[in-house]
Amino acid sequence: MKKKEVPQDKSQLQKANIKDMVYAVDENGNYVTELSTGWEPKTIALDNAMKEIEERVEDARQRVLNNETSPIEYYMELHKMDLPILASYVGLWQWKVKRHFKPSVFKKLSTKILQKYADVFEIGIDELQHIKNS
Amino acid sequence: MQIDFTHKQSAHCENGVVSNLMRHNGFEVSEPMVFGIGSGLLFSYLPFIKVNYAPVFTYRAMPGFVFNRFAKRVGVKVKREKFSDPKKAKARLDENLAKDNPVGLQVGVYNLIYFPDEYRFHFNAHNMVVYGKEGDDYLISDPVMADVTTLTDKQLEKVRFAKGAFAPKGHMYYPISFPEKLELKSAIVKGIKHTCRDMVAPAPIVGVRAMRWVAKNIKSWPKKLGAKKANHYLGQIVRMQEEIGTGGGGFRYIYAAFLQEASEVLENESLKDFSKEMTQIGDSWRDFALEASRIYKNRNGEAVGYESISNQLNEIANREEAFFKALRKAV
Repeated sequence: MKKKEVPQDKSQLQKANIKDMVYAVDENGNYVTELSTGWEPKTIALDNAMKEIEERVEDARQRVLNNETSPIEYYMELHKMDLPILASYVGLWQWKVKRHFKPSVFKKLSTKILQKYADVFEIGIDELQHIKNS
Repeated sequence: MQIDFTHKQSAHCENGVVSNLMRHNGFEVSEPMVFGIGSGLLFSYLPFIKVNYAPVFTYRAMPGFVFNRFAKRVGVKVKREKFSDPKKAKARLDENLAKDNPVGLQVGVYNLIYFPDEYRFHFNAHNMVVYGKEGDDYLISDPVMADVTTLTDKQLEKVRFAKGAFAPKGHMYYPISFPEKLELKSAIVKGIKHTCRDMVAPAPIVGVRAMRWVAKNIKSWPKKLGAKKANHYLGQIVRMQEEIGTGGGGFRYIYAAFLQEASEVLENESLKDFSKEMTQIGDSWRDFALEASRIYKNRNGEAVGYESISNQLNEIANREEAFFKALRKAV
């Protein structure tokens, strides 16, 4: 890639005031570094990944409202986690965490266990038990 | 308490940390040099490990490998420590800062508040340097940032003790002894040979064989997974290629810059041609990403173009195979 071809597209990096450093070739064929504000193919990939997560969060929220899963799954998605990551944060086996997704099991969880989840998600127990309706 | 430390932005975090720590200790080594000697270039495909609900693709060596290989090859000793207790991790960090010793840290990205939301995934192999402390704030040199920044006590503990795959466990590292003069020549040759060996290794999950495996799988994605998931997987390939700070086929260009620099050190003219060829391979990776983005742009759209993108990847694999076979003989 030539130095003058280093992409300067719009991206999410800008709002965080970050620029990518890129290695490119100058007019004499020597490698130099150049800053890039972003590149569209990458921006699209990142945007899509974010949309994917938003959909997962919304889907989980609906299932909580329909009493098909517990708020733990909703908060897991909200924090971009999956089962192995959440299990390692709360320090429980994956199958246990998965069990806590069951609304009937969730209702009977001890305060101690609830507090563990609440700490990981950085919310209060009350907020853990009752997700916002919209 | 602030150590006199020069922060220099780099394309990739681990190279940057090593390069900055080396400079602090009186050795000027460029980022591409660290990357090349540390055999950072790679391709790997781990279909059985899922991150963000898609398989793992990587264009570089495992975190920590670059520094270890680099250090061994130039005769530097590195001390590494991991902790189970955050309090001990903090105490050891403070101890080093009090001794005016800046240290490298492995951290998770998810809770790095200065990153944009789009980059904050549960990715635990980021690297940074801590070079001082003011009150409760740690002074941070994050190599992918233009300037230095700070993190509070709490914020730093969180990223040092992120959980999940490759959990850093407070991982802290710093060089402890240096040779009188860095022996670059032999180190470069070792680094190049190692990369060549990895890239043409007879294992399906690394090097050009892994690329061919991905190319083969790509073809079957639309049918097997449906358009939406196939597009999600394709996006993952590009996101990994364009990891933060490596925009545009990044690692291939860093390697090309390394070969150019190596040609001077080794007085080997032929490496200049290899550098040019690697630049073109980097361009092909960019074209690949561009083509892929046309497909996944409409994420719920039809899965067309997978055949051609698979061929494109196979071509890159062929080129890289020829490249590394020839490069091995040139040093």
